Amino acid sequence: MNNLAKHDAQTTAGPRQVLVVEGLSRDFGGLRALNDLDVTINEGEIVALIGPNGAGKTTFFNCVTGIYTPTEGQIFLYDANGKKQLLNGKKPHIITSMGMARTFQNIRLFGDMTVLENVMIGRHCRTHAGIWGALTRNARTRREEQDTIDRSYALLETVNLAHLWNESARNLSYGAQRRLEIARALATEPRMLLLDEPAAGMNPHETQELEALVRDLRSRLKLSILLIEHDMGMVMSLSDRIYVMEYGSRIAYGTPEEVRSNPRVIQAYLGESDDA
Amino acid sequence: MMRPVSKAILASIWFMILTFPVMGIKLNTVEQTVEWQFDRIILLGVAIFFLSLLWNWCFSRKGRGLPLIALPSGMGATLGRLCSLPLRDSRSRAVSLTVLLLVMLVMPLVSSFYQTNIMILALLYVMLALGLNIAVGIAGQLVLGYVAFYAVGAYAYALLNQFFGLGFWACLPVGGLLAVLFGLALGFPVLRLRGDYLAIVTLGFGEIVRLTLLNWTSLTGGSGGIKNIPGPSFFGKQLSIEDNTIFIYYLVLLAVILTIVVITRLKNSRVGLALQALREDEIACEAMGIDLARVKLSAFALSSCWAGFAGVIFAAKSTFINPASFTFMESAMILSMVVLGGMGSIVGVVIAALILILAPEYLRAFSDYRMLIFGAIMVIMMIFRPQGLVTGERRKYRINALKGEQA
Repeated sequence: MNNLAKHDAQTTAGPRQVLVVEGLSRDFGGLRALNDLDVTINEGEIVALIGPNGAGKTTFFNCVTGIYTPTEGQIFLYDANGKKQLLNGKKPHIITSMGMARTFQNIRLFGDMTVLENVMIGRHCRTHAGIWGALTRNARTRREEQDTIDRSYALLETVNLAHLWNESARNLSYGAQRRLEIARALATEPRMLLLDEPAAGMNPHETQELEALVRDLRSRLKLSILLIEHDMGMVMSLSDRIYVMEYGSRIAYGTPEEVRSNPRVIQAYLGESDDA
Repeated sequence: MMRPVSKAILASIWFMILTFPVMGIKLNTVEQTVEWQFDRIILLGVAIFFLSLLWNWCFSRKGRGLPLIALPSGMGATLGRLCSLPLRDSRSRAVSLTVLLLVMLVMPLVSSFYQTNIMILALLYVMLALGLNIAVGIAGQLVLGYVAFYAVGAYAYALLNQFFGLGFWACLPVGGLLAVLFGLALGFPVLRLRGDYLAIVTLGFGEIVRLTLLNWTSLTGGSGGIKNIPGPSFFGKQLSIEDNTIFIYYLVLLAVILTIVVITRLKNSRVGLALQALREDEIACEAMGIDLARVKLSAFALSSCWAGFAGVIFAAKSTFINPASFTFMESAMILSMVVLGGMGSIVGVVIAALILILAPEYLRAFSDYRMLIFGAIMVIMMIFRPQGLVTGERRKYRINALKGEQA
């Protein structure tokens, strides 16, 4: 994986890019939450986005997924055929159907629905049955529905939640809810998965399991994964590359080793440069 | 033990003071004297004392997470079995549904004209409540002007009949379609609104429709309404008033059954799941690839079309309509049915609609206290059972992976 650590300057001969963000800025009134950000994610890469609270990490996720419209800059997603597609101005559900899926920092599950139904919702953009199909329940609709159910159940097995499939999502433990969010995101069949603090609130054992899950997803589904995380142990052992943000700007990027020894990063995190 | 008693004494004294001018003083206008009615005040005080004790007891049970009424264990279990008997398996379910259907079918033939009319009204409200349930209960869009769509359906039939001589059967689909168009017309501007804001806009929408009907005198006849609306023709033949009522009864019954089937299927479909997701979390919905605009508009359209159908039938049934039938009070009533029945529950909403329409009719003796009782029931329900009468209706899924293990 070391050859992937060659940062932004990709040529056509290099690894295939999935997500390319160029000069992204986002203003809220007079406040610049994101400032001229460049990020590139390659196929099958696990990249971490770290930085102090309020650095703009979640804002970045919201821009990439279409919840916020960028003030400046461009966001591109490559489709499975390697065709470059502009995401700016596209609605969130279109971006999701193009292969971008995410989880949320403050868990946003459909609490009153069952665990299985939560994952089934994720299949929405990959299925087609309409109102007519719902009323007639014709063979095609039933087949599609059963397929949705079985695929969703299989995803629950992947994240180790299959035994809870008929439980209300709100009754799940914190760690289980985070895993369910991942399963729901996977149901949209993404090429690029954005995880917003997936290990928050997990105990060390759960964090280890999560780490194994993320690795497994990458190797089995060829997913590219971008994660925001504060658990430095996990970030360092899991990531191929790391981007560090502060006050909306990218202050450093590179392999875990490079970032760990970068004086600006140490300063941003600890305030004092000699306190590594 | 001391606290609830002293609280109850305090409450009864407070009530006696508060109601003294109304309950305790009687002016005899003939003899020009003041009569003091201390006996009534004492009686009230005693009643409030016991009610307060009961109220406290209920709250303490609720606080400890106990059910309000704890039957002796054997009796509770027997009662539970008895209640779930009709639903236990598919066969007893089919039997009980058949019995229910037979009772509903025979009802107009053996009961009076008056009874049949009440039942038609109740079934119309079942249809309205089920329709509103799509928007409010399933999709979580608080619509306070639902009666506007009902009015659109009713006036569509009345006006098309008056000006173009169109019959009931031609107007039934037109009424539904017009209601859908009005639903979409309301849906587009409120796409970005939710919660309280949506409620206020839909409330305004309901009033706009009613005021338009009231003031556009040249078209709608204003508060005088439209008279002599014909009932539905039976294979091209107009029926007498009695036969017409029975015919409409069967028509409404059929419509209600159709509504239940359609809404059940809708709720359990891909579209229904998306509607429920919309209720739970809009941002997560978008991020999961659901087109918010499309789902919201579907919720409004699917919901309003039932009110349109019900409106056409209502106009045919009552032969006379005016804006007074379509006030905010009706919207509130339909919303109460949805809330009392249990948001999103189909069985619960049907039961609540029947109770709220039939109870006042059969309890005419208490008609003076109707609103008082209604209010009290609402308050008690919202405190002790905010989720409504029926909850936890879960759809069953067949999972192939599990089936293999169990076999």
